[in-house]
Amino acid sequence: MPVVTLRAPLQGLAGGNRDLQIDGGTVGDVLRTLEATWPKTTGWILDEHGAVRRHVNVFRNGERVDETTSLGADDHLQVLPSITGGT
Amino acid sequence: MSELLVGTKKGLFVLSGEDAGTYRITTRAFPGDVVEYATRDRRTGRYLASVTSGFYGPRLMFTDNPAGEWQRASGIAFAEGDDVSLVRIWKITPGEAEGQLWAGTDPAALWESRDGGETWSRNEALWKERIAGDWQPGGGGLAMHSICPWPGDPMKLAVGVSAAGVWITDDGGESWRTGFAGIVPDYMPEDARTDTNVLCIHNMHRAPARPERLFMQFHGGVYRSDDQGETWTDIHEGLPSPFGFPLVTDPADPDSAFLIPMTGAEDRVVPGGALAVFGTRDGGATWSRQGDGLPNEAYVTILRQALAREGEGDDLSLFFGATSGEVFGSTDAGRSWFTVAPRLAPVTSVRVA
Repeated sequence: MPVVTLRAPLQGLAGGNRDLQIDGGTVGDVLRTLEATWPKTTGWILDEHGAVRRHVNVFRNGERVDETTSLGADDHLQVLPSITGGT
Repeated sequence: MSELLVGTKKGLFVLSGEDAGTYRITTRAFPGDVVEYATRDRRTGRYLASVTSGFYGPRLMFTDNPAGEWQRASGIAFAEGDDVSLVRIWKITPGEAEGQLWAGTDPAALWESRDGGETWSRNEALWKERIAGDWQPGGGGLAMHSICPWPGDPMKLAVGVSAAGVWITDDGGESWRTGFAGIVPDYMPEDARTDTNVLCIHNMHRAPARPERLFMQFHGGVYRSDDQGETWTDIHEGLPSPFGFPLVTDPADPDSAFLIPMTGAEDRVVPGGALAVFGTRDGGATWSRQGDGLPNEAYVTILRQALAREGEGDDLSLFFGATSGEVFGSTDAGRSWFTVAPRLAPVTSVRVA
């Protein structure tokens, strides 16, 4: 089952969990399940249309991916704020 | 004792105090995020804040204790078929029906809550007007930033949009009509000024004691309407500039309005660096400069939602914040001023809780 690693403040919204095992065939599937399991994360990573936000980066095994990317059981997702965000 | 809700580029600051030298920061919430606007619904005591993360997007939050946990409201989101995404929540305003609140966003849409701000739904009639009218954005986006309920009558509402003019409803938002007459958009060619809907409203407030009267700061003009916003008369004569953003009215005096002019569209700082609020007590026939205690050589910008009032009439207090991070206050309707906070982050909004 893929593992999703979160940093603050997302970690706090997911019950303080840094690493979560979440099943899903695509990045979008996994992130929607994350939202369903931890509703406070809703809208933080995916926008209202289900796309990864412009200033959030999702990496699969170190490679930047988007919500359509397929996942295998041993894949590791990391969700990180982009250097292009912030004010 | 006043409690100020100061939205900044670096979070929400709650300040409490009475007069010069007494204000202290009691709470900072949403550190690092832009707090576009924060207000308190005095009917319920609930605090509501529009928060935009540079990474994680916009959200509307609410709480009964600003120093405690905030909850995220749901429903302010565009659907797949809308082909737009939420950029910013500009304004949150209590309505006249029980539990009713209104919110305005970029892209320009009006949202209604009937449960004190926890869940929201879009006003579809006005959204259809947006699509049909091909509304165009101003420099700050396509923003619904002014929402003016009619005291005691939840059926009547007027909203202002940058840059799509004034819209009025008498049936609780089931249908809308324009309030464009008399507004002169001098940024358009002369032969295109009368037919355009590209009307860049900067701010609009109702005079509660005479609710058919509204005051408006336009992109190059200050206007008054005495017929619910149907027609407008320019009243900027006597001001140092017709350009600006902040505006408030006095609930006790329908002839009063206060604003802070900026030099112009190409130079959005106070004219000559002489920071002052300008007020009228005669419906805009004359304006008086009210800057006693405010700094000179202050080339600062006061944003749209960054001027607030508390009380009314002889007890009117005014507060405003600048992009320099300073917040100023007056407890005598602007005749004299003191510094509330000298060094916050750039101020986006000020409201009295």
